[in-house]
Amino acid sequence: MANHDIHLTVRRGTVHALCGENGAGKSTLMKILYGMQKPDEGTIALDGEQVALHSPGDAIARGIGMVHQHFMLADNLTVLENTVLGAEKLHGIGAGARARIQEISDAYGLGIRPDVLIEDLGVADRQRVEILKVLYRGARTLILDEPTAVLVPQEVDALFANLRELKSEGLTVIFISHKLGEVLSVADDITVIRRGTTVASVEPARTTPKQLAELMVGSELPSPETRESTVTDEEMLTVSDVHLSATDSDGVVRTVLDGISFTIRKGEVLGVAGVEGNGQAELVEAIMGTRTPDRGTLTLDGTDLSRSSTRARREGGIGYIPEDRHRHGLLLDAPLWENRILGHVTERPNSKGRLLDLAGARKDTERIIAEYDVRTPGIEVTAASLSGGNQQKLIVGREMSHHPKLLIAAHPTRGVDVGAQAQIWEQIRAARREGLAVLLISADLDELIGLSDTLRVMYRGRLVADADPAVITPEELGSAMTGAASGHLSAADTTAAAPKGGEK
Amino acid sequence: MSTSTPPAAPTAKKNPAVDAVARSAARDRVLLGIAAPVLAIVAAIVISSLVFLASGENPFRAYGIMADYGHYSDSQVWIINKAVPYYLSALAVAVGFRMNLFNIGVDGQYRLAAFAAAAVGGAVALPGALQIILLIVIAMLVGAVWSGIAGLLRTTRGVSEVITTIMLNSIAASVIGYFLQDGRLAVKDGNLLHTTFLPESSHFFSFATHPKPVEGFVVIAVVAGALYWFLINRTRFGFDLRAVGASEPAAEASGVSVKRMVVISMLLSGAAAGLVGMPTLLGESFQYGTDFPAGIGFTGIAIALLGRNHPVGMGFGALLWAFLDRTGSRLEFEGYAQEIVGVIQGVIVLCVVIAYEVVRRYGLRLQQRKVGEELAVLARTGDGTADNSDKPEVTA
Repeated sequence: MANHDIHLTVRRGTVHALCGENGAGKSTLMKILYGMQKPDEGTIALDGEQVALHSPGDAIARGIGMVHQHFMLADNLTVLENTVLGAEKLHGIGAGARARIQEISDAYGLGIRPDVLIEDLGVADRQRVEILKVLYRGARTLILDEPTAVLVPQEVDALFANLRELKSEGLTVIFISHKLGEVLSVADDITVIRRGTTVASVEPARTTPKQLAELMVGSELPSPETRESTVTDEEMLTVSDVHLSATDSDGVVRTVLDGISFTIRKGEVLGVAGVEGNGQAELVEAIMGTRTPDRGTLTLDGTDLSRSSTRARREGGIGYIPEDRHRHGLLLDAPLWENRILGHVTERPNSKGRLLDLAGARKDTERIIAEYDVRTPGIEVTAASLSGGNQQKLIVGREMSHHPKLLIAAHPTRGVDVGAQAQIWEQIRAARREGLAVLLISADLDELIGLSDTLRVMYRGRLVADADPAVITPEELGSAMTGAASGHLSAADTTAAAPKGGEK
Repeated sequence: MSTSTPPAAPTAKKNPAVDAVARSAARDRVLLGIAAPVLAIVAAIVISSLVFLASGENPFRAYGIMADYGHYSDSQVWIINKAVPYYLSALAVAVGFRMNLFNIGVDGQYRLAAFAAAAVGGAVALPGALQIILLIVIAMLVGAVWSGIAGLLRTTRGVSEVITTIMLNSIAASVIGYFLQDGRLAVKDGNLLHTTFLPESSHFFSFATHPKPVEGFVVIAVVAGALYWFLINRTRFGFDLRAVGASEPAAEASGVSVKRMVVISMLLSGAAAGLVGMPTLLGESFQYGTDFPAGIGFTGIAIALLGRNHPVGMGFGALLWAFLDRTGSRLEFEGYAQEIVGVIQGVIVLCVVIAYEVVRRYGLRLQQRKVGEELAVLARTGDGTADNSDKPEVTA
């Protein structure tokens, strides 16, 4: 049901971009090409020859490799070990494999260090290892599923340089993305998918981001931009001098949060920019109470919550949209109405006294589904059967239903389609108008700049810089995220604020 | 730039096509619910028959003997009485299972609990029901303390409860062995050592059935099952417990203190385990001796698996197990190997576990497909906003 009437022709030695909203059917199409799913009808031809791909094994044997959106690497193994894992028969696991890896790395400019542990690598390096793995298995056609979602602008450029290298060596790259600027800069051909069918094939030279976006969405684009300021003088959340150290897997104690202090006022959205892994997740956990900081205080609306349990903090008015909704936001095998209870089990309408109020919870789930436009046949289906955007809408609806004082939104629109994205932004804006304080953490710089009233940059556990979202550009923010700048970032050229939100 | 207005909610209005899909989904749920046990039973019978055939026996004659022997009333009384401790043991295990804790230590917990109750009961004599209540409370407390040790070790030192509970089984056996000696807490009776007999006031009531009475503890078992159901499904505590079982990080983020839940559920599991020895102690033996039944804790694991942690399912599981125990002993007289019943019991547990998992996965896939179909129906019947490519983000 996901896809119908898909026509896709990819020329050898090109980068072919496949774009469409989340849930448009891109991933399903890729699963079919990679043999993970079988098409009901239609054919796949490779080099003019019709092929039937029954499993990823078939696809690999025919030179098709896939780099998944979520990396599939063992953290505690080295690059070499991860590469040969499952492909031991090709070049063994010793010197032969090492030589081959070096050869591939040199040929395509991947800069691989075979003996480094995966856990010591950054996101961009991990991605290169994934690409290496695919090439090592002899792939001539690479499928990259949203490879730029986790990268900062500078890393994206490096990745694109790698892709051009691959292309010049005669390899074919199929590149899935919904970031149009990137698509236009790297692709030779573009195919747009909407609602499970191919709606257009365009050449990048003859199209603009706006046209492409309208093809993708079928209508005009939403923007995260916030117009009028609703920031008040009343302090809602005050975090002062929070320190947190953690022991990593080697037993080394590292400082994860180093003297974090900030204040969010009522009606203010504070955006935290940063490359993932610089302490943002730990900051959220420290505020939620799932991690105990070494020192520092936390005050919400005049109440000291530094020593409170997670539950008390939630009851005290902290709403939470977690970064990883599958791990922290949902019980995947439980029905929607149980997921509606999660996190608010002590509050009405979910419970009365110590007993659950099943009827109340069910009724309120129906309300959330209607108000927040969660597309589902009913409240008895499991959370796992909804698409990512609908899962996220359910979470947003749940958290907003308890009228939080502070909303922690970690990557609130990651992996969410454009329509749902617009709704989530609108809901955050609406709540902000009523005095909600929001801590926004996002890797989507347009979203950060567009939604935030104040921006801070996090680097190695410290808030190193602040910026005014009205004048900063994604590029400037991106370079501050790599630690290149600190203090107050002021744009040299204030007209640079013009493209904000425009490319999303 | 303008923001596109959110489209009207498709669920707000009734759509006959969707209703049809929803009805068929409900029908599927019922069918799947029945499919799992039926599949398990058929598979178990087939495999057991093969085992009989492989040992050169006629499986149908064996089933005939079992069915015939099981329908005598003395067999039925025996089966019910035997099923009561099995059921309580399964409940104790299930409390842990619901939050992914594997309490293998029910065996040690109930034996130590029964021993403590027997020792106290032999020494004091309170009037009437008070004595019984005292003994039951002691048993539950001792069981809870014994499993609580495992809970504390897990939360404070991170030791797996699988390891600690099984170790505590051995320690419990040694502790009992130490005290169950002449001159300590035991008296010698022929070849056996046992605690002094409980006074008359400790005897639990029984139903005057023919030819033998059904022990009154069956009432306690039913009440315990109902309490378990209520606690798990209807209370905030039960929701927290299930949330931890379903996803520890999600539960933690939702505000559940996972460590506290581990300790509390181990205590509850141990308290339920404390009841396991009570039907025997208060209704049958009236003392704790070297011949006190052992191993019920492990049977409880099998029955909890068999009953899928559901109070009614475990009830059937316990009765089935007792039925096999009873009729299996008959097979011996008819010339079958004694071990055959153990094999059948093992086969049943395996078949149930596998069948349920197979059906669960199939059901999940079916549901995901249905959700997609349903949204497609919505899209086709005029509500153009539904995205018919909406696909689940996770697959089982």
